[in-house]
Amino acid sequence: MKTNKTVEILVGLFVAAALLALFFLAMKVSNLGALDTSETYRVTARFDNIGSLKEKAPVKMAGVEVGRVSHIGFDQARYQAVVELAIYKKFDQIPDDTFAKILTAGLLGEQYVGLEPGGSDTYLKEGGEIDVTQSAMVLEEVIGQFIFEKAGERKK
Amino acid sequence: MTGWLARLGAGWIRAVRHLGRALLLLLRILEGIDELIRRPRLLVEQLFSVGVLTVLIIAVSGLFVGMVLSLQGYHILSQFKADSALGVMVAASLLRELGPVVTALLFSGRAGSALTAEIGLMKATEQLSGLEMMAVDPVRRVLTPRFMAGFLAMPLLAALFSALGVIGGWFVGVGLLGVDDGTWWVQMQARIDWHQDLLNGIIKSLVFGWVCTWIAVFQGYNCLPTSAGVSGATTRTVVHSSLAVLGLDFVLTALMIK
Repeated sequence: MKTNKTVEILVGLFVAAALLALFFLAMKVSNLGALDTSETYRVTARFDNIGSLKEKAPVKMAGVEVGRVSHIGFDQARYQAVVELAIYKKFDQIPDDTFAKILTAGLLGEQYVGLEPGGSDTYLKEGGEIDVTQSAMVLEEVIGQFIFEKAGERKK
Repeated sequence: MTGWLARLGAGWIRAVRHLGRALLLLLRILEGIDELIRRPRLLVEQLFSVGVLTVLIIAVSGLFVGMVLSLQGYHILSQFKADSALGVMVAASLLRELGPVVTALLFSGRAGSALTAEIGLMKATEQLSGLEMMAVDPVRRVLTPRFMAGFLAMPLLAALFSALGVIGGWFVGVGLLGVDDGTWWVQMQARIDWHQDLLNGIIKSLVFGWVCTWIAVFQGYNCLPTSAGVSGATTRTVVHSSLAVLGLDFVLTALMIK
């Protein structure tokens, strides 16, 4: 058996190394380090179809992440999806006639909300609503439409 | 026919009796925790022999498992032009499954068998009876620190395993195979959830640490005090721990997965 001091130092090193590994896993590997805990304000947008958009999906403007999808609900009166977006407070100059659409990263990638700025002088605020939206592209519908058009052409 | 039935019944009764004894021993071990709080030295000594001495094999295996995962994953993923997802694949498989499970298997082979052999030999050479003669409870003095050390060391070892695995995978994927460094980390952070992947992995390794050391300590304390008894108990420790880990892993995964 080694002397008590050496044992204590080695155990201390072991625990410290393991905690460092845990810290590395949390901050560098998982999304804990990337979670933006900065202040946000919430705006809602209604879509006819959100495809497979999920909560926590990024909200991007010109490709830059400006927020996250915080909640997805369903409006029974209008049969629309109500998507709540949490926009980071530092992006506080987004025009209130901004256009929101659901896009896909790559052909098979995950879906996100893309914002395109309008020209208004007033900006979106907490509780605001984005009026102009475009639904997600559903691949089956696009293919169906394509086949339908082709069939129509042949009849002529 | 009746002989066959009787053997089945006897085996079943033996198994239940074993389980009951193991549970009673566990309760006595947990009762001894107050002694551990008064004398943390006992825990530190056991953390050394259970934790520190296991670090080497865990670190080397973690590194190589990560490297192999990266190598294998790259050749499959690059067929679909999806090698940007290599980091996600390596990190997810390590954090969710390989980290906790392989660490527990290695732990029962390296530390669990040593625990059983040590306690078994103490029993065979009547050191445990000697302690009792001096009015020292061998369960509190010998078993409790070993059990708690194993329980605490397992998640730490699993974290080391996973972290080194990710680094090993990064070395092969980014360093040797030419996956983009930025893509590797960004995709990983975007897809690996700290709650769903990291925390569940830690919970798994806590359960495995509990079960593996429980089995090791029980087998040592319960063995026949002969050389054959100690060797049989050591073998049983490794076999039972491995089977328990693999079975529990499936149950835990089924409970955790959404």
